[in-house]
Amino acid sequence: MLVTVAFGLVLPIAAGLWQTGRAGVGVLPAIGATELSLVPLRDLIALPGFSTALRLTLVTGLGATALSILLAVGVCAAMHGRMSARASGRLLTPFLAAPHAAMAIGLAFLLSPSGWIARALAPLAGWDRPPMLATVNDPGGVALILGLTVKEVPFLLLVILSALSQIPVREHLAAGRSLGYGRGLVWIKVIMPQVWPLIRLPVMVVLAYSLSVVDMALILGPSNPPTLAVLLLRLFTAPDIGLMLPASAGALVQALLVAAAFAVLSLLERAGRVLGRWWVRRGGRGLSAEPGLWMATVLSALLFAAGALAMLSLLIWSFAWRWPWPGFLPDSWSLRAWSTPGSGWAAALGNTLILAVATTALSLALAIAWLEGEDRARRGRAGWAEALIYLPLLVPQIGFLFGLNVLFLRLGLTGGYTAVIWAQALFVFPYVMIALSDPWRALDPRLVRAAGSLGAGPWRRLFTVKLPVLLTPILTAAAIGVAVSVAQYLPTLFMGAGRIATLTTEAVTLSSSSDRRVTGVYATLQAGLPIAAYGAAFLIPALLHRNRRSLQAGGAA
Amino acid sequence: MRLISTLSILATLITTPAAADWQDTLDAARGQTVYWNAWGGDARTNAFIAWVGEQTEKLYDVSIEHVRLSDTAEAVTRVISERAAGLDTGGSVDLIWINGPNFLAMKEQDLLFGPFVEDLPNAAYVDLSPGAPATLDFTVPVEGMESPWRLARFVFTYDSARVDAPPDSMAEFVDWAATNPGRFTHPDPANFMGATFLKQALVELAPDPDVLLKPATDASFVEQTAPLWAWYDALRPNLWRGGEAFPENHSVQQQLLNDGAVDISMSFDPASTAAAIEQGLLPQTARVFVPEDGTIGNVSFVAIPYNAANAAGAQVVANHLLDPAVQARMQNIEVLGSFSVLDPAKLDAAARAAFDALPTAPALPTLEELGPTLPEPHASWMTRLTEEWARRYTR
Repeated sequence: MLVTVAFGLVLPIAAGLWQTGRAGVGVLPAIGATELSLVPLRDLIALPGFSTALRLTLVTGLGATALSILLAVGVCAAMHGRMSARASGRLLTPFLAAPHAAMAIGLAFLLSPSGWIARALAPLAGWDRPPMLATVNDPGGVALILGLTVKEVPFLLLVILSALSQIPVREHLAAGRSLGYGRGLVWIKVIMPQVWPLIRLPVMVVLAYSLSVVDMALILGPSNPPTLAVLLLRLFTAPDIGLMLPASAGALVQALLVAAAFAVLSLLERAGRVLGRWWVRRGGRGLSAEPGLWMATVLSALLFAAGALAMLSLLIWSFAWRWPWPGFLPDSWSLRAWSTPGSGWAAALGNTLILAVATTALSLALAIAWLEGEDRARRGRAGWAEALIYLPLLVPQIGFLFGLNVLFLRLGLTGGYTAVIWAQALFVFPYVMIALSDPWRALDPRLVRAAGSLGAGPWRRLFTVKLPVLLTPILTAAAIGVAVSVAQYLPTLFMGAGRIATLTTEAVTLSSSSDRRVTGVYATLQAGLPIAAYGAAFLIPALLHRNRRSLQAGGAA
Repeated sequence: MRLISTLSILATLITTPAAADWQDTLDAARGQTVYWNAWGGDARTNAFIAWVGEQTEKLYDVSIEHVRLSDTAEAVTRVISERAAGLDTGGSVDLIWINGPNFLAMKEQDLLFGPFVEDLPNAAYVDLSPGAPATLDFTVPVEGMESPWRLARFVFTYDSARVDAPPDSMAEFVDWAATNPGRFTHPDPANFMGATFLKQALVELAPDPDVLLKPATDASFVEQTAPLWAWYDALRPNLWRGGEAFPENHSVQQQLLNDGAVDISMSFDPASTAAAIEQGLLPQTARVFVPEDGTIGNVSFVAIPYNAANAAGAQVVANHLLDPAVQARMQNIEVLGSFSVLDPAKLDAAARAAFDALPTAPALPTLEELGPTLPEPHASWMTRLTEEWARRYTR
């Protein structure tokens, strides 16, 4: 089992990094570069705007991560216990399911100077032309930070909520408040230090993602210069073949950047531990954290509203015909964008479905095999195994995908479904694994023991007891897998040799076209597919277990 | 008359062996699927490519799979990574819609299949005499390594409801932008269309435009572009967003025009404005204008990579694109509206009548209105312009 995972996960990443690394120091025999040198790095640094791109990457990546953590923690502190886990789960689902690219396309329209918000304000402000403001693609990267935050806050909320279920929050709160601490301070001083170790890896995933995001940065980020990851994509695809060397050097810089960010995070954690201990022991009982919590909640509510409006605007665009400035709604409507599936969306939808089903099934099978393996060996998971699962999410995609492409070409794998499924599974498997691990371990051991004492062998226990009881979390993990697969941009683009057009690759391509109506169709489908998967994960157990009350949603987890 | 018939007999005699070769190509192509890598950002072009695929499938049993690129260079990169992996046959790219610098890069790296153009039966309708537009791509000799398929002319689009008198020369853009600050921009020069805008200005402003037809040297570049940068420095502060940000490509700029965020857009296709109105993507009042001295024009080509798995099928597609009926359909404003690359003098009466019968639209300029066609500078100028612009204005 471990061997399969090591071969399937670690090898491609290591080989990809190796290839990229070689090219980064000047060795790419295919274009006649064989000499080891630092020239690629020097060329990269000499590129106009390189330092700005680097700064932008840091500002947007670190900014979005910090903001997302603050907001998510604030919301949890303010709302925990005031809202049921099921209700908050249902509220978060559409935001988790909507792929980054679709969200970015919607936000781009919502926020742009000629967008929905500006159109709503135009009659009041007397604008006959869109105001001259840089509200998207702004040189400071604010729109990109906002876009990332809209997607990352729900993710962090989910992981924090799941971590909180392992901590006696209510008791801590009661104890803290009886000692005279405010709700906010109990959260900061008592609960967060316990939550942090449980969410450290997901936070690192958010950090790595925000520092190296491509699709969202293409759509919302500045363009002259763009962030490092977009700059590298441009170099990798430039007509001048020689630019692949500085591009590879840049991919190394990108990887180092993420590593440095992890190091900073770990330093902050250590500093926080020392300072925090002193602060907790000092015993101050200020009530001042409360307004901060409410501000975080209000800000998050605004972000959620923006996200919801962004998705709604995509749906409206897909049914519009003429929707000129400053109309708040389209002048004329049409089904034309939807009524020509032959023009591309049917094929893209088909490809997306095939890939989503295949990668999810593969990842789910591997995850179940791994977890069952742990059960049979009666062993918990070692720290390094946990890190192994997270590895693909922590290494920036652009750092190894180019090299991996060369490797796949050698194996004759590229351009087919196999290559894309493999590459996507690198990212789908970790999420499926993470989603399934906790519910799997939480399974009541008495059920399995009872089955065993009645004479059921290990296979029968797996198929007739564990899997049916765990149907809800398994389907939820599958829905997450589908959402992750649908959202994959770079792996599909690189490994599919452009031949496998999915809703995401098409939506990102179309986002640089002039037709928001067609883009609306793709983005709506792109967001609709994962939402449908979550819907199925909710409905199927409800139907199958309609006469098994304790197995219904929430019962098993 | 007799001369013509003699010539045609001669032509038949000469083409017989070629025709036999062509039959071999047709036989080899049967059943192949051609992966045509082409920019996919234009719905009309996508639909046209799909239609061509239906045709070739019916006529030659060759189907087309349109690989939609957001940038042509993606296909070039793919061929390079395939060579990196030693994949010298059975490559994934069969046909590329290609432009100057990408063609130059592939030609210089020996990444192209050919020469094949003169073996295409329908090449007989194209003027391939030395120096003709279809034999040069950004002044780089084509030498049969890529086949023409559509004609491109640089034009500006404006909304006549907002703008009374658009600039009638590149120089005048400075005054126009000063009167209408923030209402004009151009695509990022890293993009083909943004670079073309700079080239259009260069061709008008350069002290000696003939120098532009030769490869740029350090000295000639500095000398010829000095007036351009002076002009651009005067223009830039009055551009959209103060010239600090630029639309990614001309499609995004067209959307800005449709949103009313700018007043002028640009295109490499004179018919695109009429087509965009037809599709509801521009207001009814959008019109085309060109500077009085004319604009840059060039021919779009398709090329076949050296390792293409379906090179025979790709040639069949390239040939079918030059079929007079296909070219007439392409020029139809209701379909694609791209000007044909065929030489009218080489067409028979029926084919010419098909072209004459094509519909027109108010926003569709006539060839006379478009004025003279200016030659593209050598490809090296575009690369240098893009780099120099980035060096000067990317901070």
